[in-house]
Amino acid sequence: MTEKVGVYICHCGTNIAGPVDVAEVARWAKENLKGVALARDYRFMCSSLGQEIIQEDIKNEGLTRVVVAACSPHLHEKTFRSACSKMGLNPYLTQMASIREQVSWVTEDRAAATEKAKMMVAGAVRRVQLQVELQPTEVPVNPNTLVVGGGIAGIQASLELADAGYHVFMVEREPSIGGHMAQFDKTFPTLDCAACILTPKMSDVGLHENIELLSYAEVESVSGYVGSFDVRVRKKARYIIEDACTGCGICIEKCPKKVVDEVFEVGLGYRKAVYRPFPQAVPKFPVIDKETCIYFERGTCKACEKFCPTEAIDFEQTDSYVDLNVGNIIMATGYDLFDCTKIPQYGYGRLANVFTNLEFERLCNAAGPTEGRIVLRDGVTEPKSIGIIHCVGSRDKNYHPYCSAVCCMSALKFGHLAMEKTGAEVYSFYIDMRPLHKNYEEFYDRLLQEGMHFIRGRVAEVTDAARLPGEEGKIIIQAEDTLIGKQRRIPVDMVVLLGALQPRFDAKETGLKFGVSAGLDGWFTERHPKLDPVATMTDGVFIAGTCQGPKDIPDSVTQGAAAAARVQGMIAKGTVLIEPIVASIEEARCSGCRICNNLCPFNAIEYLEDKEVSYINAALCKGCGTCVAACPAQAISGAHFTNDQIFAEMEGLLYDVIGSNGATAKSPQPVLEPA
Amino acid sequence: MTESDFEPKIVGFLCNWCSYRAADLAGTARMKYEPNVRIIRVMCSGRVDPTFVLKALSLGADGVMLAGCHPGECHYIEQNYKTIRRFKMLKHTLRALGIEEERVRLQWASAGEGALLASAINEMVDQVRKLGPLHWSGNWMDDEGAQEAIQALPSEHAEAMEVPA
Repeated sequence: MTEKVGVYICHCGTNIAGPVDVAEVARWAKENLKGVALARDYRFMCSSLGQEIIQEDIKNEGLTRVVVAACSPHLHEKTFRSACSKMGLNPYLTQMASIREQVSWVTEDRAAATEKAKMMVAGAVRRVQLQVELQPTEVPVNPNTLVVGGGIAGIQASLELADAGYHVFMVEREPSIGGHMAQFDKTFPTLDCAACILTPKMSDVGLHENIELLSYAEVESVSGYVGSFDVRVRKKARYIIEDACTGCGICIEKCPKKVVDEVFEVGLGYRKAVYRPFPQAVPKFPVIDKETCIYFERGTCKACEKFCPTEAIDFEQTDSYVDLNVGNIIMATGYDLFDCTKIPQYGYGRLANVFTNLEFERLCNAAGPTEGRIVLRDGVTEPKSIGIIHCVGSRDKNYHPYCSAVCCMSALKFGHLAMEKTGAEVYSFYIDMRPLHKNYEEFYDRLLQEGMHFIRGRVAEVTDAARLPGEEGKIIIQAEDTLIGKQRRIPVDMVVLLGALQPRFDAKETGLKFGVSAGLDGWFTERHPKLDPVATMTDGVFIAGTCQGPKDIPDSVTQGAAAAARVQGMIAKGTVLIEPIVASIEEARCSGCRICNNLCPFNAIEYLEDKEVSYINAALCKGCGTCVAACPAQAISGAHFTNDQIFAEMEGLLYDVIGSNGATAKSPQPVLEPA
Repeated sequence: MTESDFEPKIVGFLCNWCSYRAADLAGTARMKYEPNVRIIRVMCSGRVDPTFVLKALSLGADGVMLAGCHPGECHYIEQNYKTIRRFKMLKHTLRALGIEEERVRLQWASAGEGALLASAINEMVDQVRKLGPLHWSGNWMDDEGAQEAIQALPSEHAEAMEVPA
């Protein structure tokens, strides 16, 4: 059957019509390209008038295919597809040629631009005639949602969903939710106490009838697809029977073993072998740390068991598994702090009074190891001068090239707290001050007024080697002050390194588990950096908070809420359309060689033992086409990107070389007869 | 056509997620580059069967550019690693066929690297322009005996397989 193709060349005002002779392209297409029933050019094809032109032509001229040569398909493919489908033309029978982004905006010579535009139209016209009708499949959406990570982003997402009446499973790796925010003292720029604003939300999560909290648990595996993910969660053995425990804390009181708390107190404080990370922990159940518990070490003790009033201690407990089915997943897995020992010239780990940002947070925190006193490592001496070093591991090609986004504001906050609590002189060594959000600049101004010293320059070295009088017994920060163009040595009592935010150590692995890709830096990649910031390439999996990139609390909360809103949209609709751009295997041609089986990272291809052929699960297939390219028998075809369609486009693009017939007509594929 | 006014025709296969978006960005940022590369959008560089490249060259293209997300950044997690493998194989084949290395290029360009893609295109066009036309399609189709030679392959093969008594 011959197709009737309508070709529409958009002027895009003068964006295209300026550098490209659009009327000539339309005339040429009509006269030279096979199958073209009509070709028009119009000022704005994407406008409602432009769309109506196409719709009228479909009705009156009986077009069976539509080519729009305009902007990038990423911008308006949907627009033209839906305009056509309103007239009963299957949306997959349209094709765009990107003559704005790929021609008019990037080509200087008008003749060359017009020529290239013609070739691109020829490619699209050739291709569109081989395109076939495709129907997206519709699957129901399970209204339950999995939220991975119980930091502020995950908490916000869970509460939004739960308050809207939807059931949420929240999985948290640590014994308590709260994330990094629970470790902080104050939050910039308002200086709200972090605990005061966080802990009510935490207890809301703990008590909410729509939230099932799986703490001290990790996601083992994820399978399925949008609308119906099967998730297996491993609940690590707490050695506490949650149903029996009242959270009274007697076990913690009676436990004879004290160990350094490397996680919550970042090595500055102690906890017991049976512990809750902090008093307001949610859930309230403690955890017995098998590594340090005396009973697990030597086989005797069981002090906690003796004193537990509700017999909630169970030393025989093992890891258990919970299987969930959810429609959507929100990942809010957070960040790790940069290991500051990696920059030896800053002295962390070597010079006692060099601290990290998280350590300083704990020092400031009234519930922290020093009860809020900012003191040196000896635990008693108040510093008289403090140096704060920005961008430790960030904006540094040797470590992380990106900006960690929160450090400038943390520095200001630390400066304020330090001056308020100790009256110390505070020096901040910055590259650029970046107080980017609402009221941040005002906070910077306030600190300037309060007398914090700002020195613009990257620190070369932090040392205890005194060279000048007045430096003995101090830590000396050597830096170039780029505003006065001089080297400076500032002796201080305490140094705070603002370590970078970096992706979780296991982010890659986690990404693979959920089918979420990560950028070169290791942060999870959003579907679109501007227009789709919380969705990912895997439908039904959303990202929120710092797992997507460094951000502060307001931004994390925003993303948590945004992800929840996206999920609510999916649930409210009830069903989801799965893109029909998937691969399929023609059984008759499949030899069962299984070459394709291992190529799929989404496990969409399985081998049917009984039929001895491979089979692609369309619901799992993401349509990359890698298996299509690999099949030696060409038994796999990729919908909307078939070999024929791609070859046809190629022939069109090379129209000026091979002419209107195409080389394939001249050289038919040789057929090998069996000998 | 003299060598000096030869304008190479290059087919580009760009993945939907990174390099096609890089081309979008180069456009939005009005970066000017050579008009010789005509772009085909594929969902992933992993979709590019090496025979696509051979097909393009046989149709008359003077060069082929493959572009995708950086290794480790693939939107399909790891499919561009398969592109790397295939590309190596392809290069080997092309060398055997006597086609200059510079005629095919594998270029990584993330969605933010419009400038990189534009300069890679300029560089490649320049290289291919220096090499001159490939004329592969001409040579291929002018060979009168090609069909017969291909037809004769199976019998030659069978002959070669026969074990002498």
